[in-house]
Amino acid sequence: MNTEARRKERLDRGIKVRSEGIYALMSWRELSYLTLPRLVLIIGLLLLPLVMPSMYWQRVISIVCIYALLAISFDFLAHFLGLVSLGGAFFIGVGGYMTAIMNTSFGWPPLLTVPMATVIGAAICTFLLLPCLPLRGVYFAIVTLMYPLALMRIIEALNILGGTDGIMGIDSFANQWIEQYLVILMVLFFLFGLRRLVNTDLGLVMRAVKDNDQAVRASGMSITFYKAVAVFIASGMGCLAGACLVHIYMWAGISLFALDFSILPIAATVIGGGGTLVGPVLGCLILVPISELLRDLGTLRIVFYSLILMAFIVFRSEGIMVYGQRKYHQFQRWVKV
Amino acid sequence: MDILIYGTINSVALALTALGFALVYGISRLPNFAHGALYVVSGFITWSFVRALELPYLLSIILAMMITGIIGALIYQFVLIRVRGMAISEIIASYAIGVAILEGFRWGGFKGMTYTLPVFVEGSFTVRGIPVDYHRVLVVVIGVAVVAFLWLFTHYTRVGLALRGMAQDERASLMLGIDSDRMAVVAMAIGSMLAGLAAVLLLPLGNIVVEAGYNVLILAIAVCIVGGLGSWMGSVMAAFLIGFAQILTVVYLGSHYQMVVALLAIIITLILRPSGLFGRQKELEERV
Repeated sequence: MNTEARRKERLDRGIKVRSEGIYALMSWRELSYLTLPRLVLIIGLLLLPLVMPSMYWQRVISIVCIYALLAISFDFLAHFLGLVSLGGAFFIGVGGYMTAIMNTSFGWPPLLTVPMATVIGAAICTFLLLPCLPLRGVYFAIVTLMYPLALMRIIEALNILGGTDGIMGIDSFANQWIEQYLVILMVLFFLFGLRRLVNTDLGLVMRAVKDNDQAVRASGMSITFYKAVAVFIASGMGCLAGACLVHIYMWAGISLFALDFSILPIAATVIGGGGTLVGPVLGCLILVPISELLRDLGTLRIVFYSLILMAFIVFRSEGIMVYGQRKYHQFQRWVKV
Repeated sequence: MDILIYGTINSVALALTALGFALVYGISRLPNFAHGALYVVSGFITWSFVRALELPYLLSIILAMMITGIIGALIYQFVLIRVRGMAISEIIASYAIGVAILEGFRWGGFKGMTYTLPVFVEGSFTVRGIPVDYHRVLVVVIGVAVVAFLWLFTHYTRVGLALRGMAQDERASLMLGIDSDRMAVVAMAIGSMLAGLAAVLLLPLGNIVVEAGYNVLILAIAVCIVGGLGSWMGSVMAAFLIGFAQILTVVYLGSHYQMVVALLAIIITLILRPSGLFGRQKELEERV
């Protein structure tokens, strides 16, 4: 038996350490080490609609971005606030119905209703979720899972807002390009905006709420206030996604509260790597096209991605992006113990 | 009078569906979101034994319950044991399994009115002009028997006492030589068997459909949350509360509201008293 013990040692690459401070400006190599991954993502996303072969696949890009918005908001709430919200469909539904009502009742154009729906919808979601904010862990997860289901049944039972038929005759965006670049730019805006936000003072408090809420409380800060701010931001993203979705499909119905919108973003976050904010976008870029390709298989694709989700969460819970970041920033070697 | 009779029947049915979920959560702190899927699986296995293989009804029910129990134990042993203690991963993993099973059935063309189980006893009788069929009476009798049996099992057998020990204090029971993983497997097997039992008892009253899996899951969660996660007797009381509330809404408002009652019960209970009406958990663990 080989008794010689080895262990894997991970060390930061020299270039990572060199490019951390202001000294990164000294050479092109360090500069490109920092900017290249970001530029690849930005330019890649911006070029996507141009290289897509058909209208159908351009539409898929919009859907990818809508799921990406939801997934980023899930990741933000789960890994920076410690609030695991299983109710992505709730945000989508509220935003979608808001924009549908404003568009059909008042006849406002999409470019006005989408931002309005985002802000008003976020306010409504935050208000409705306010009583649940003190809840922890499993309890918050269950309550958010129930919200979209309850709203769906209430709309069905009261037969309001178009009942089971939904609201039809909603305007679409002026043209394809506006539609796609709007959602792509929004994804990029929220992605980089949130990456900034979590490193500001506000973000610091939010992360503290996740790690030790009693300590935050002891420092004289209201946990509920910070949670509410974060939920407002996250639900705003969800409502924006919902509003765009409604204008793309020109229809709002109770399927906006369907479980797809709760499950797929979570799957994308788990696969892409939670806590990175970029990971969820990556996960959506992988999952949504796959699920479009598998559309012919009907509900088998749901089976397929719930199994992927299960496998990832059980066996590879770190996700692609965390793995990629580690490879990019560090090298590893075997050392004798 | 009909509210009383059908409320009781509905409540016992709810208690049956929820017992398995409550048991698993109470013992191993595992929210088993695959509960609804196990319910449908059991119904499907019974159906295939009775209709396709033409085995005797009682034998196929027992076999189906055993198989469901084994499936539950396997799910725990090979998947959930790895994420034990990480509450969110447990929810997502078990929910993913449940969705995979249910949607797999739907893909397999398992829908519509064609899949029904025969009732145990045909016929009905009338109480003060209200028809009650024998099967529903049987459901109530078996439900009460199961609750009594569980109580005896957890108070007078070694395994049952070990399970209760786990539920009360996992570390202390580990010190006393109770293998917590094995007990959790046992709990999961029993919980799945209870889901299976509920399925074979309740499914003859309707069709076996995939949606039943989701509805059963919601109802089970509603009962367990209102009763307090981890408190078994609380779940039984909550089943009566929700059961009667549902029947009352059906009588006075319409059957659309049946599910709304359960969902609102979950949300309101969680907001006001997360540990449930009869729960005994520590306040600090669940809210800030």
